[in-house]
Amino acid sequence: MALSGVEIFKYLPKTNCKKCGHPTCLAFAMKLAAKQASLDSCPDASEDAKKLLGEAAAPPIRGITLGTGDKAVKVGDEICLFRHEKKFFNPNAFAVAIRASEAGDAAAKKIEAVKASEIDRVGQKLRVDAIAVADEGGDAAKFASVVKQVVDGAPGVPLILVSKNPAIIEAGITHCADKKPLIYAATAENAEAMAKIAKEKKASLAVAADGLDALTALSEKVKGLGVDDLVLDSGARKAKDMIEHLTIIRRAAIKKNFKPLGYPTIIFAGRDNAVAETVAAAVGVMKYASIVVLNSIEKWKMLALLSLRQNIYTDPQVPMQVAQNVYKVGDAKENSPLMITTNFSLSYFIVRGEVENSKVPSWLAVMDNEGLSVLTAWAAGKFTASKIAQFITESGVEKNVSHKELIIPGYVAVLSGALEEKLPGWKITVGPREANQLPTFLKARA
Amino acid sequence: MALAIPKETYSGKIYHVQLGTGAKAVTIGGASALPFLGFEGTFPNKPAVALEIMDIAPDDWPETLRKAIGGASASPVQWAKFCQQNGADIIALRLMGTHPDQKNKNPEEAAKVAAEVAAAVDIPLVILGSGHAEKDTQVLQAAAAATRGKNCAIGKAVEENYKTVAAAAMANDHKLIAMSQLDVNLAKQLNILLTQMGFDKERIIMDPMSSALGYGLEYTYSVMERIRLAALMQNDPMMQTPIVCDIGANVWKVKETLAPEAEVPEWGGLEDRALAWEAVTASAMVTAGADMLIMRHPGAAAKAKEVIAELM
Repeated sequence: MALSGVEIFKYLPKTNCKKCGHPTCLAFAMKLAAKQASLDSCPDASEDAKKLLGEAAAPPIRGITLGTGDKAVKVGDEICLFRHEKKFFNPNAFAVAIRASEAGDAAAKKIEAVKASEIDRVGQKLRVDAIAVADEGGDAAKFASVVKQVVDGAPGVPLILVSKNPAIIEAGITHCADKKPLIYAATAENAEAMAKIAKEKKASLAVAADGLDALTALSEKVKGLGVDDLVLDSGARKAKDMIEHLTIIRRAAIKKNFKPLGYPTIIFAGRDNAVAETVAAAVGVMKYASIVVLNSIEKWKMLALLSLRQNIYTDPQVPMQVAQNVYKVGDAKENSPLMITTNFSLSYFIVRGEVENSKVPSWLAVMDNEGLSVLTAWAAGKFTASKIAQFITESGVEKNVSHKELIIPGYVAVLSGALEEKLPGWKITVGPREANQLPTFLKARA
Repeated sequence: MALAIPKETYSGKIYHVQLGTGAKAVTIGGASALPFLGFEGTFPNKPAVALEIMDIAPDDWPETLRKAIGGASASPVQWAKFCQQNGADIIALRLMGTHPDQKNKNPEEAAKVAAEVAAAVDIPLVILGSGHAEKDTQVLQAAAAATRGKNCAIGKAVEENYKTVAAAAMANDHKLIAMSQLDVNLAKQLNILLTQMGFDKERIIMDPMSSALGYGLEYTYSVMERIRLAALMQNDPMMQTPIVCDIGANVWKVKETLAPEAEVPEWGGLEDRALAWEAVTASAMVTAGADMLIMRHPGAAAKAKEVIAELM
């Protein structure tokens, strides 16, 4: 459980020596409680204090990094059950499974698909994060050859090595020993051997058990063997079990600070049907899976799943922003109407949706107002006549349209006079107040 | 250390709302815990999937969607039968033709279609106006009267017209769909206003305003989670109405369900993409607490039903 500033203060030296850079020990304690300072900056902290505060400061769900370098992904380290409470911090990783039997061409195709998976969505670059190489039939040489093919073919992409046979993992990990792969998995039968490999190679280790009680016992056992970076698999494959198990794991970690389940989770969403797999994976994305392993990564499937992940992991307190630009809606021509709105993503989506509904091809100028909605931006002085005029002038929209008419949102009708002054030669038309009146408005003009 | 399952204690429960009559009647709601958490509550009714039809031909629906429906959309009755055969639990008739920008059909024409559809299928019927708040009052009044006795859900009652629409539902023994604008407090406010005018709260289905995957889905998702938490944890009677998500209308206008692969090769094939778009949106909504979905693509609805079955 997190300690309050006053509780932390009890364990500090109370000398007010200022060596930590704070005026008093109490001030320092408050900063520690807010996680804005580290106990390391106190030279006189006792060992007891360090131990206690260290445990209290440990996140309820351990953060784990898959891979190394610029393609490494961090998962876990979450602090809430519902995104509206604060936000979800570390987006789940998507991994595609390559089975040993796919060695050669089939594996090469998947590797290329992973490399080509990056898409740009609302200003973020999203992609398939990792590759899981899965043993099949216990052929160590074959497994190792696929691992090598992946390491050579997709350098830097984090790896998950899937086998319950320690000898197979040993064979595969020689090709990626310094790349911090995730080993899947330690079980009750192989825990010692797997823990030994994970420690030697500084790899993360998944623990796989059948059900939550067995998982708790196994997680404690493997932790006791000296492995800190664990990932949990309760064996849930059916959507209902996934939601239930992942919810219990998340709740136990966050609300009860139950350490054996305070780790990221992994699910295997594989289904025979690709749409069914997409939907099953979607349930994992929403309900607390940290790593989602897929059988295939069709472009449409990843577009849907990456979009969902982006939606769910958006900070509810920081509005999503759309890039400032003049967007073409439908087959807009030089005589098509030109409208302006702000770059709050919801404003943009709703306005764009209604323009699309109207079937009237249009130009939609989206101005950067730091993600504020029209009225808020206007009230905050970020959607003023001079700023709009500057944006329109600099946007180069005059190259796209032959007319000089700008439609502004009805809520800022008050700006029309000042805008006509700031944009000489332009006609300012006041549009509807609500987006849902746009189709009627646009059709009446067409 | 043994694991003690951390269970929540819920003090509230979602109302049961029955739609339709006879053997094919459908009951939604009744949940006593957050969605699908069977270890701490019961879910007597699975979320129902309604397929949407209209009183006019779906000329402005995307081709992928029209292809999936085929020739069935030639008449509302044929279309409704097609949906029932294709697994719909409920038919959602949207009287789009009454919109002044569409065919501006009069309320009598709309009511006739509603009555014909109600007579043609034995599964329950949802009757939606065109979304034109003013026109909907007359249209829904006529349609509600024409389907009296069928125990339909009539909507959508919105801030501007809730009194008339609710009165129409009440006078004809129908249930009511009440839509607010993506806000927990507005949703509650509308339910309060409705009960203040004497409408039974246990006959309301709440529409929190849907959105499509990638287009503000997270707002709907969190508003629904918050509504459900208020209903269950705080036992707020004004939040305990079942939730409907009208997703087809949102999903089938975004670029991801319209743009051919040739235009956006990095997005993959259009048919799978569009179908997945509606199915994933559906799965998000049921995960957040939807008790009824209104969908457009029979294939996507089938996938939604599959995942619902897997979740129950």
